[in-house]
Amino acid sequence: MEPRVKKKVLTVDDSRTMRDMVSFTLRGAGYEVVEAADGQAAMTAIAASKVDLVITDLNMPVMDGLTLIRKLRAIPAHRSLPILMLTTEADDSKKAEGRAAGATGWIVKPFNPDKLISVVQKVCG
Amino acid sequence: MDDLSRFKQTYFDESAELMAVAEAGLLRLSPGDVDMDEVNAIFRAVHSIKGGAGAFGFSELVAFSHEFETVMDELRNGAIPVTTDLIDTLIRANDLLGQLLGYAGDETDPPPGLTDDTVAALRHALSANRNSPPQPVAESTAPPASATPDDEDDEAGIFGDALAAINAARADDDPSGTGSGSATADRVRWTIRFRPKNDLLLSGNEPAYMLRALRRLGEVNIHCHLDDLPALADLDAELLHLSWTITLTADASVGRDRIDDVFEFVADDCDLQISADAPLPAVVEPTAPAASAAAPPPARSEPAAVPAPPATQTTTPPATTAPAAAAQATTGKGDGAKTDGPTKPRGGNGGGDHGGLTTHTIRVDLDKIDRLVNMVGEMVITQAMIAEHLRDLPPGQFQELQEGLEQLAQHTRELRESVMSIRAQPVSSVFSRMPRLVRECAALTGKEVLLATSGENTEVDKTVVENLVDPLTHMIRNSIDHGLEGPEERERIGKPRAGTVHLSAQHRSGRIVIEVTDDGRGINRAKVLSKAIEKGLVQPGASLTDEEIDHLIFLPGFSTADQVSNLSGRGVGMDVVRRNISALGGRIGVYSTPGEGSRFVLSLPLTLAVLDGMVISVGEERFVLPLTNIVESLRPKPVDLHGLVNKCDVMMARGEYVRLVYLHRLFGIPKAVDDATRGLVVLVETEDGSRLGLVVDEVLGQQQVVIKSLESNFRRLDGVAAATILGDGRVALILDVAGLREMSRHTGDSDRARPAPTPALAGPSPSPRQRQTV
Repeated sequence: MEPRVKKKVLTVDDSRTMRDMVSFTLRGAGYEVVEAADGQAAMTAIAASKVDLVITDLNMPVMDGLTLIRKLRAIPAHRSLPILMLTTEADDSKKAEGRAAGATGWIVKPFNPDKLISVVQKVCG
Repeated sequence: MDDLSRFKQTYFDESAELMAVAEAGLLRLSPGDVDMDEVNAIFRAVHSIKGGAGAFGFSELVAFSHEFETVMDELRNGAIPVTTDLIDTLIRANDLLGQLLGYAGDETDPPPGLTDDTVAALRHALSANRNSPPQPVAESTAPPASATPDDEDDEAGIFGDALAAINAARADDDPSGTGSGSATADRVRWTIRFRPKNDLLLSGNEPAYMLRALRRLGEVNIHCHLDDLPALADLDAELLHLSWTITLTADASVGRDRIDDVFEFVADDCDLQISADAPLPAVVEPTAPAASAAAPPPARSEPAAVPAPPATQTTTPPATTAPAAAAQATTGKGDGAKTDGPTKPRGGNGGGDHGGLTTHTIRVDLDKIDRLVNMVGEMVITQAMIAEHLRDLPPGQFQELQEGLEQLAQHTRELRESVMSIRAQPVSSVFSRMPRLVRECAALTGKEVLLATSGENTEVDKTVVENLVDPLTHMIRNSIDHGLEGPEERERIGKPRAGTVHLSAQHRSGRIVIEVTDDGRGINRAKVLSKAIEKGLVQPGASLTDEEIDHLIFLPGFSTADQVSNLSGRGVGMDVVRRNISALGGRIGVYSTPGEGSRFVLSLPLTLAVLDGMVISVGEERFVLPLTNIVESLRPKPVDLHGLVNKCDVMMARGEYVRLVYLHRLFGIPKAVDDATRGLVVLVETEDGSRLGLVVDEVLGQQQVVIKSLESNFRRLDGVAAATILGDGRVALILDVAGLREMSRHTGDSDRARPAPTPALAGPSPSPRQRQTV
């Protein structure tokens, strides 16, 4: 068996509160969490070190979430990187938009911490 | 969610910041000229506040911010226009949002019905102002066809295909085969549109090979488009007239790079679009022969049109893409071939205030900084004392000590400047409050007002910034209430309907100068003068210059408003302004041109802690002159001196007559040099540019001095700004040049009729003769 290495999750949100809450929840569940305040910062963070999962808000300054997802998907190395969108609007059209952009799944805001953990475990192991 | 309640404080802090962003943005909004970045920023602010409110169960806040957000969303989509009414409604909504945050913070319920009016106004704005019927959004709402069922409930979901792809990739990386991905569902469908230039064959390339290569990657379904095939008679057999749409269903381990490789050598000679097939949105399906391999051939009207890849939902009409591609045949090379289409989403995001992950600021308790400032002040004094003692040593000795001390002086100065800059803040924090004030004043007076600001980033000590709010508020109110004309009157006299108030800040010779300029009617001097006489502030028949009349408005109890209005006109305005400003070591002046407007000029020190000064001696006393006031010092020849009839001495300096002020006479100091030709004249300049020659015994040298307030330790004195402690431990007064000028007017011009107290820049003056040095 390989030694167990903590999976690294990148949470992308322009709201500090939301980042804090996601970080806190996932750290409690044994994940390493890094943060970025917008899509551009997320691209930089991903380029800087390998992450196992991205959880992104959609509405952000500089670069929004869907653009981030598309940009990541255009990079061969990240074609299968799990990306969850954390969104207040989870209607069908938003989901379809996210799916089309290449998202792996979605979570509604405000999120239930247990739910977040269970979804993260499903996509990230 | 109890665990997360610890983030409430973060939420309230952040919300306060967001509220400020939203308010600033709203105040900058104006009908007709809508900055979408700004609108987006406001939308995001409200959206984030709503998001957090949901997390903590602040239901009132969620409900209201949702209404607010909806209007902002319509605004950024261009569905409703920006009108003055709407801006007012939004500003009210933002205020209410702040109140609701307050209730949430106090954990009390807001009064019932608090939001009703504003919600109604917001909804009205939506229904009444629509630009056009809402745009049908070309987005699919149909559940996507998916090979692997989605795993979802109300709160979260995972797209089946996507997860399968990930698991497959993971299995791929995991040769032991222990990966959790099942090998059955990990197939990805690619749609490849390959439209070679018609001279592709001439370069020796063979499309058939490429199609064959694709077949090796997985299961392919190839559709050949014959639409461009010319009639047999016109056929040039050496040119290629075909294009293809290929559907490749491949193992998830087959990455896009493998497909790119196939076309590597022809990338520049073809129009190539590759997209991983997310299930096709339903609305695109009927017209677009897109992903499905079994799709019917395209309609004749769209010759070989390469429809937009479904994954990107491009907004470009197909009619423009296809002919363009065909005509130019230059598209799709290099990067183009790898582009998945437009990436900017609807309502895209521009620049925002929020930077990246790291912040470069820390919050420090103000007391700590003030202690630091204080210690640096003491250090400056100590350094001066050492320098003083060293001066007594025999010259030529202790060379190294001298040099060391020079360095110490240098470092002390730099340290002082660094510490001062910690306390410095841009005036924007004050300026940003003014748009709101202007809006309110304009509404109350029924005038139309534009506010222009400049120099918002000019920095000045925090205390100065904080104490600027009241004076500026008064001044701007005053400009709008008294200065600007009503829109009708303005139109009649050929001015634009809206008056302009310009607020500016800049650094000028070591001070910050703030100006409030309006393009209104200017000061009505006849009215001011008659009012001043009526109130007994000026002797009837006194002859005052225009400038002196203008400055009458700074006298206590002066008000010209015929009726006391809601705004200003309480008669406390401008003299309070002057008092506040001079308490900060600043001065205020006014320049007015009838019919064209007025300009109020504030000049304030950048810091209240230390200053660069010149130490001078008069008799036994030492004084400090702020270096920023000093022009030069010189010893006049007898021929330069002239006595005037009114006993006021003047001196010719650089071709200009300058009034002489004998400091020892002004302050009643014995044993001082009384003859300017035997002493020295220090030429000083006040903020408004007028010059004065101070007659002193000697100039002792330049020194940084720590300002010790005289008012807090003793009381306010005319002509004196503050006190300091010199290197030898003596107390010296720091002179206020403009104050000295006013004092000298009293003593020198006693035979001329003068308004009393002086209408100009100094404060209420006790008799000058009472003044003694400490």
